Amino acid sequence: MTFRLTVNGRPRDVEGAWLGESLLYVLRERLGLPGSKNACEQGECGSCSVRLDDRLVCACLVLAAEAQGRSVATVEGLSAGDRTLTDVQQAFLDQGAVQCGFCTPGLVMSVHDLLDRNPAPDELELREAISGNLCRCTGYGRILAAARTVVERRAAATPERELP
Amino acid sequence: MPAAAAPVALPESVDEVLQALADEPEAMILAGGTDLMVEVNAGRRRPVSVVSLTRVRELAGWSRDGDEVVLGACLTYADMERGPLAALVPALGQAARTIGSPQIRAAATIGGNLGTASPAGDTLPVLAALDAVVETAGPQGSRRLLVGDFVTGVKQTALLPGEIVTAVRVPLRRGRQEFLKVGTRNAMVISVVMVAVVVDLDGRTVRAGLGSVAPRPVRARSAEAFAAEHADWRRGAVASPDVVARFGQLCAEATSPIDDHRSTADYRRRAVAVCASRALARVLPPEGVHGDGGPSDE
Ligand SMILES: Cc1cc2nc3c(=O)[nH]c(=O)nc-3n(C[C@H](O)[C@H](O)[C@H](O)COP(=O)(O)OP(=O)(O)OC[C@H]3O[C@@H](n4cnc5c(N)ncnc54)[C@H](O)[C@@H]3O)c2cc1C
Repeated sequence: MTFRLTVNGRPRDVEGAWLGESLLYVLRERLGLPGSKNACEQGECGSCSVRLDDRLVCACLVLAAEAQGRSVATVEGLSAGDRTLTDVQQAFLDQGAVQCGFCTPGLVMSVHDLLDRNPAPDELELREAISGNLCRCTGYGRILAAARTVVERRAAATPERELP
Repeated sequence: MPAAAAPVALPESVDEVLQALADEPEAMILAGGTDLMVEVNAGRRRPVSVVSLTRVRELAGWSRDGDEVVLGACLTYADMERGPLAALVPALGQAARTIGSPQIRAAATIGGNLGTASPAGDTLPVLAALDAVVETAGPQGSRRLLVGDFVTGVKQTALLPGEIVTAVRVPLRRGRQEFLKVGTRNAMVISVVMVAVVVDLDGRTVRAGLGSVAPRPVRARSAEAFAAEHADWRRGAVASPDVVARFGQLCAEATSPIDDHRSTADYRRRAVAVCASRALARVLPPEGVHGDGGPSDE
C-alpha cells in the first residue's frame, strides 16, 4: 500500500508497504531513518521512542499506515543541522551518559519530552519519565546526571521572571 | 473510493466505524495498538484490513454526566493518571499510573484494556469495584453491560461481531479509594495481583475488586458486606485492626488463582490478603475520615 507520512516536518511517501508494518520498520527500512532503534518490538525497551503529534510513543507499536496525516518527530529531527547538538544531546556527551549507545536515541527523546513539558522535574518525575527506556549497560546514573545537567543549564540560561 | 475499501479505514464517527466494520467484518479494530502491534510484530497476527478508532472524536476524552463520569473508549492512561479525572476517580488514576511506561500510557486506551480482557488488565478490577458500565455500539444498536458481564473469560468478551466499546460509565462516589498492585518493579510490569477498594460514604458500603487472581475480575462480595457491617460509619468511617485483618482474609478467599510463570497461586492469595488489608486501612483509617472523606480533603 501507499501512503504519506509527515516526518520531522517533511512529507514522506511510503510505497509498496505491507499493511502490518510498524512505524519503526517504515522509518528504518523505507525512509532511511535508522536513529530510532529496533530492539524488542514489544514496547518494553523504549529504544524506538518518537513523538507522534504531541506524545512520546514507541514507534514499534504504531501501525505506520495509521500515522498518515499525523506529525512524526524522530531523533534525527531534534537538532537544527549537521554537527549541531541539542542541549540534551550535549549533556549526554558531557556526562558520559553513552556506553554502547543503543538506548541513547530513545533516552534523548524521553528526556526532551519530559523537560519540554516540565522544566523542573523532581527526582521521582525524572525516574518515572525514563522508566520506559531500558539501558542494558545499566548506565542510569550518568543518564540521570545528564538530565539534571540540562535542567540546571536551562534554568541558568533563563532570566528569573520579575515578580509583578 | 469509499473509506472502507482502503486496507486502513480512518473513520471519524461511530457510525462510520460501524459501517467500516460491516463492510470489512474481518478487520482488526485498532485503538492505541499496544496489545495488537505486539501480536503483529511477532507474526502472531496478520491483519488484512484495519479499522482505526483514533480519529473518532466521540470516543476521545471524558465528560461528567450528573453522578457519573463518562470515559470515551479511546481515553488514554496518560489522560487518566493525573488531573481532574484522577481527582474524581482516584483508584482509576492510581491504576493508570502503574501501567507500562509513559510511552505506553500515551497510546494505550481503556477500550483496549477491555477489548483485550486479560486477567492482568489493570483497569478491570477497578472498574468492577466502581460498578462501571461498558457501553457498546453495533449493528443491533447500543448495549450497557457491567464490567463483570462484559468480560466473559480469559481474553473473552461479550462483544458481538461488528460491535465496539464506545464508553465506560463510572458512578462517582463520595469516599476514599485505593488501588494496589504487586509486580516485580514499579514500571513496565504485568500484575501478579491487583486490589481496588472503593468506599461509598453515602451508601455506607465498601466495594472490592481483585485482579490477576481468576479468569475474570473478581468482586469480593462477602468481604464487602463484612466491612460495611463492621466499619464504624458514625465515628467517621473507621475500621478496627481486626476488621482490617478479616477483610484481607475474606478477599483472599474470594480468589481462584493459578500457578504460572509470574507467581504461584499461594503467593497470590497471600498477596491479596496483605494488599486488601492495607487498602482497607487506608480508606477506613483508624483515626477516621472527617469532612467530605474524598481525596480532596487529604
Ligand atoms: C510494554 C507494555 C506494557 C504494558 N503494561 C500493561 C500494564 O501494566 N497493565 C495493563 O493492564 N496492560 C498493560 N499492557 C497492555 C496494553 O497496554 C493495555 O491492555 C492497553 O489498555 C491496550 O489498549 P490499546 O488502546 O493499546 O489497545 P489495542 O492494542 O489497540 O487493542 C487491544 C484489543 O482491544 C480491541 N479494542 C480496542 N479498542 C476497542 C474498542 N473501543 N471496542 C472494541 N474493541 C476494542 C482491539 O481490537 C484489540 O483486540 C502493556 C503493553 C505493553 C506493550
